[in-house]
Amino acid sequence: MKPPRFRYFAADSTAHAVELLGEYGDEAKLLAGGQSVVPLLNFRLVAPAVLIDINRITELDHVRVDGITTRVGALVRQRTIERDQELRRRGPMLTETVGLIGHVAIRNRGTVGGALAHADPAGEWPALGLLLGACFRIVGPRGRRTVPVDEFFRGFLTTAIEPDELLEEVELRLPSPGAGHAFVEVARRHGDFALVGVGAVVELDSRCRIAHIAIALIGVASTAVRAGDAERVLRGELPSTELVKSAAEAAAAGLDPVDDIHASGTYRRRIAGVLTRRALYTALARAGWERRDVA
Amino acid sequence: MSRDDEAQEIALDVNGTKRCAVAEPRTTLADFLRDHLGLTGTHLGCEHGVCGACTVLLDSHSVRSCLLFAVQTEGATVTTIEGLSEVNAELHPIQQAFSAQHGLQCGFCTPGFIVSVAELLAEDPDPSESTIQSWLSGNLCRCTGYQNIVKAVRTAAELTHPKAGPGRG
Repeated sequence: MKPPRFRYFAADSTAHAVELLGEYGDEAKLLAGGQSVVPLLNFRLVAPAVLIDINRITELDHVRVDGITTRVGALVRQRTIERDQELRRRGPMLTETVGLIGHVAIRNRGTVGGALAHADPAGEWPALGLLLGACFRIVGPRGRRTVPVDEFFRGFLTTAIEPDELLEEVELRLPSPGAGHAFVEVARRHGDFALVGVGAVVELDSRCRIAHIAIALIGVASTAVRAGDAERVLRGELPSTELVKSAAEAAAAGLDPVDDIHASGTYRRRIAGVLTRRALYTALARAGWERRDVA
Repeated sequence: MSRDDEAQEIALDVNGTKRCAVAEPRTTLADFLRDHLGLTGTHLGCEHGVCGACTVLLDSHSVRSCLLFAVQTEGATVTTIEGLSEVNAELHPIQQAFSAQHGLQCGFCTPGFIVSVAELLAEDPDPSESTIQSWLSGNLCRCTGYQNIVKAVRTAAELTHPKAGPGRG
């Protein structure tokens, strides 16, 4: 289908975008990579009166790695993250996970800010935000504010960003060099949205106990979710096959995914447990754990 | 910059030629190319970014032209399937390879595939079979089958970069 009529404004700076948002906020949608909003327009599932194109705002297109903090501008394309040598060298968590998003032509356009602001419950970026303690810099007619990740995702496709605000930048704390990570998914076809996905970051202390653990799941609730129960099972413990199994069971037990045309809730919960186990094994191995119970 | 939903003039470089036409902001790049510029080689399948038939290069990067508005490409450089070889001239090596390996049957999806392959070979002149498979995962073909398409990409790599060895898996 074809999109409905809209008024189009190309903002040439953040200040210009804020000015336009101030004028049209409630009736406007921001257009970044367009890989989610344009299909919605083409299907006429949304019909905003105004589109504010932010693709020409070069100040939103930056990746700055500074010690443990990485700041990513909202307009950075997924493909830019995927090809960033500094991020790859720094521990390829972003590189690998972003590679799971769609296809090359989608990643060439799709943006980090767009993926976070759209907040698809099966999207990888919301989970990365949860795993990496994201902080969101938001700007609007009332000024700038920073929102921590635990206050950012509010519900299905809903975030703390108000209709007249713009996400400028996300600040992430990449895993420390000794940490292990994994992001695993089940999708019907390569590049499809995941039915379920699980990301994990693990750090072991000098006595090989789990000093830091973060697990996030996608495709199992109205937003990406942390697996707090599973993390509590693991934190401070010595890794073992039994412990990983208990954590995976705890992760799945805490979920109540709904049925949809792609998969039943029961299937999603089962897969969530399996993927949590796999993500943990990979992340633990990368963190230096030697699994002794396998031949 | 437009301040309206009325049709406006859009100027961009298409296949090495400066082109200019009038279109509403809601006109997708795909419709602009086909209906306003007469470049019907870019095909429209799903019109929501799934099938890859409308893939073109925007400033050398593959994009879905159904997920982009023409007005956004003001001043940009676009390459479509028509831009790969001159009319009545020899086909582009990727087109030759698709022909030689029977990488097309009905041909509807082919322009999208070939444009995607053009970006792949520019980035990786000697791609492995698994690289080809994952690269082309965003292009759907419903009749040829993907085996011959993957073979065609290997052949195209060998044609364009003689150093690309045959039979890399």
